[in-house]
Amino acid sequence: MNLNFVMPDLYPASAEIFLLLMALAVLLVDLFVGKGRRWLIYLLTQLTLAGAFGITLLTLDGQAVTTFSNMFVDDLFADFLKLVLYPAVAVMLVYSREYLAARNLDKSEFYLLVLFATLGMMVMISASHFLTIYLGLELLALSLYALVAIDRDSARATEAAMKFFVLGAMASGLLLYGISMVYGAVGSLEIAEVGQRIATGSGNKTVLVFGLVFVVAGLAFKLGVVPFHMWIPDVYHGAPTAVTLFIGSAPKLAAFAITMRVLVTGLAELAEHWQVMLMILAALSIALGNLAAIAQTNIKRMLAYSAISHMGFMLLGVLSGIVGGDPRFALNAYSSAMFYVIAYVLMSLGTFGMVLLLSRAGFEAENIDDFKGLNKRSPWFAAMMMILMFSMAGVPFFVGFFAKFAVLQAVVAAKMIWLAVFAVLFSLIGAFYYLRVVKVMYFDAPTDTAPIEAPRDMRILLSVNGLAVAFLGLLPEGVLEYSIFASYAFLVGH
Amino acid sequence: MTGLPLLSIAIWLPIVGGLLVLATGSDRNAGLARLLAMVVAVAGFLVTVPLYIGFDTTTSAMQFTELRQWIPRFNIHYQLGVDGISVLFILLNSFITPLVVLAGWKVIEEKVAQYMAAFLVMSGLMNGIFSSLDAVLFYVFFEASLIPMYIIIGAWGGPNRVYAAFKFFLYTLLGSLLMLVALIYLFYQSGFSFNLLDWHELRIPLTAQIYLFLAFLMAFAVKVPMWPVHTWLPDAHVEAPTGGSVVLAAIMLKLGAYGFLRFSLPIAPDASRELAWLMIALSLTAVVYIGFVALVQADMKKLIAYSSISHMGFVTLGFFIFNSLGVEGALVQMISHGFISGAMFLCVGVLYDRMHSRQIADYGGVVNTMPKFAAFFMFFAMANAGLPATSGFVGEFMVILGAVQFNFWVGFAAATTLILGAAYTLWMFKRVVFGAVANPHVAEMKDINAREFVILGVLALCVLGMGLYPFPFTEVMHASVENLLKHVAVSKL
Repeated sequence: MNLNFVMPDLYPASAEIFLLLMALAVLLVDLFVGKGRRWLIYLLTQLTLAGAFGITLLTLDGQAVTTFSNMFVDDLFADFLKLVLYPAVAVMLVYSREYLAARNLDKSEFYLLVLFATLGMMVMISASHFLTIYLGLELLALSLYALVAIDRDSARATEAAMKFFVLGAMASGLLLYGISMVYGAVGSLEIAEVGQRIATGSGNKTVLVFGLVFVVAGLAFKLGVVPFHMWIPDVYHGAPTAVTLFIGSAPKLAAFAITMRVLVTGLAELAEHWQVMLMILAALSIALGNLAAIAQTNIKRMLAYSAISHMGFMLLGVLSGIVGGDPRFALNAYSSAMFYVIAYVLMSLGTFGMVLLLSRAGFEAENIDDFKGLNKRSPWFAAMMMILMFSMAGVPFFVGFFAKFAVLQAVVAAKMIWLAVFAVLFSLIGAFYYLRVVKVMYFDAPTDTAPIEAPRDMRILLSVNGLAVAFLGLLPEGVLEYSIFASYAFLVGH
Repeated sequence: MTGLPLLSIAIWLPIVGGLLVLATGSDRNAGLARLLAMVVAVAGFLVTVPLYIGFDTTTSAMQFTELRQWIPRFNIHYQLGVDGISVLFILLNSFITPLVVLAGWKVIEEKVAQYMAAFLVMSGLMNGIFSSLDAVLFYVFFEASLIPMYIIIGAWGGPNRVYAAFKFFLYTLLGSLLMLVALIYLFYQSGFSFNLLDWHELRIPLTAQIYLFLAFLMAFAVKVPMWPVHTWLPDAHVEAPTGGSVVLAAIMLKLGAYGFLRFSLPIAPDASRELAWLMIALSLTAVVYIGFVALVQADMKKLIAYSSISHMGFVTLGFFIFNSLGVEGALVQMISHGFISGAMFLCVGVLYDRMHSRQIADYGGVVNTMPKFAAFFMFFAMANAGLPATSGFVGEFMVILGAVQFNFWVGFAAATTLILGAAYTLWMFKRVVFGAVANPHVAEMKDINAREFVILGVLALCVLGMGLYPFPFTEVMHASVENLLKHVAVSKL
């Protein structure tokens, strides 16, 4: 037997390798760190993210490089998404720190799992092979299952984790099954190769479309869009808020990335089929997400349904890239969807950050009523929350408006005006429940008068987060261009 | 003309000033907040004066223009400019703001800084709406102005304020969201431009024009408000604090009508002509039917709110009979209504501050205890009824003349407002002011103080001045109106 092992080029994956090594280092350091020195682990985690950010930035170049036998790609699209991913995770850690410490959850496991989940997302973002996607996805998902259940004594969290695990495993199964169909039809798992083979006419269309259904179902589960959304409200509600914040922010970036890689790079030839599927998913998500959110009294559940509708909106951008086989508006549409995701992550971080801000030892600020009279307790943070809520509702001058605007114009460009009308009508309904949060903050008297205590770094960062939402609403051009660059690199790459 | 970006200053000075007022913080610094707000409001008015003085009345072109790139990704520009139609509204808005600040001076005791800041920010946003020449810029200001108003109604309003605030916000948002889709559609139709002036030259097939017209109608009809989408207004007015009602009536209602002139008529002229019957019918319904509705109101603010709807019916009627008398009359009516309805709401505010009731039945014989107030109230009531020599008469008369020129029976129906308006206003006035002192509360009421006297006096002068000599107003708008009508007369199919 002839073993012919060629050392793969590790350079494109240096950020991932660094993160993995550091995660292992954290694991080791943990053995020697007592309970009183947990800040060391925290610091190490933040340094890891900063280091990964630096490495990605330093290794940035316009060329798309693949490695590990074309299983892993390092292109600008991946780099740009990762450059948003690290800060999102870092901000999440800052917001969560006090909350975790107050509940004795700030064990090194938390940070370790977050690092592994981050690694999973990075792998997903850089995947150029169906198996790599699956690997990244599972690394992320398994870390998240454990994170949801990290508060072992909470029955609700454990139940949420079980639900999440069972449904997640099923979704992974669906995805794998779909992938196997695609492999059966074209004989390759390399995404770009699959795209080319389908374009040259190889592969049975029926088998491919059959596989596509399962692939889309798997992706839809990960994105959390209707009718594959059932886990979202329970997990958002059941998990400790710090974990909800994590699930509700950075993984959306990774889910967006794999959606783009699989559907646009791999299965572009089947666009007419997946477009219809995405259209149904998007329309249902926008409708159900917004309608169900109205009925919630728990803010985490409300934000869960809001997340569903936001992901539906984002899919509108993805599906309007190819119009009847004509990819003329692809760049416009995909960059809009990417802008939407980035804006959403920014808003989601801030909103859950506010929920964390109001929580303290022995008290979970989970209900919308817990925001009552916030304007009296802290006008500044009430203003921040107001900015975030209006932004989520898509009211100018906040970044949420331009996110909606970008996606809507992509939909209109694709000549689907009725879909745009449908989307705006439901975002009107959405405005209601965001307004309700503003209402309890500004129009109601406080029931809870405890002073708002939070570490200074969290206060500052939360303020920066809120102001960024306002600032990007005034001057969104920078992030719009950023999305354009990334999407352009993505389109050139395939 | 100076090189200063006057329009930008008119927009951003009140907004930045408002944020500064907000920074004064808690109610311990209420005095400072009031003073600062007044300074900003007056400064905001002063910077708009050169807009009128330096205005060239001979041209219909946009003046004081500013053009900067804003979001190149979507070819959106920060493009400002005013013509004879919009300049007056910027002046009106900036003129009303100090009065509103003054009106809330003593009455508002809680969250003073936030109250003042909300009004200042709103004033800036309104100026932005009236001076935007880029559709997205317009839309952004248009929708952002909902936020301060939502807070004003909800935080300082009456008992049912939460309901009113939500209704106001969602109702108006519904219309503007559909308009957003229309704007994006036009962006693609015009080859990636959001420039309003480009859009005015755009050729659009009739079906598309009709859809566009309907989308704009949704946005602007709610804002005007036209019958049958007017129901948010009485609620909002009744619950809003006095200052909120004044701004709503004097400025916010004008946004819708202004939108018709800037968007519907020039962009979809064929659809406008095609659907003019509908607009005229809706307008006349507002004038006549809402006039009757006003007659039976027991709440003074509601009555004035319905009277506003009825008067705004006149405005939309004036637009859609497509002659210069009608359009100019409608514009005069808009300005005049800004003064009169603002003053009427302030009068009710004066009563409310003393009695904490808006019910007509709770009053009677106010003239005995508040003679100075009664005189002002009388004057504004007469103006509201369209008495000659007040500004209320000028606009109505011009629109009726225009309407008769268009069709006698339309003019006839419109003219009934002179009777109806007099009936509901004067009857209310009689019940509140005349007669014997109705109850001990009325007997205890004190006449208006110097602050209230100044506010009402200034408005009375405006109403009288405009009624006696409307030329300075019509002169400014004439060239632009002529140009607009010429534009509308040409088919763009």
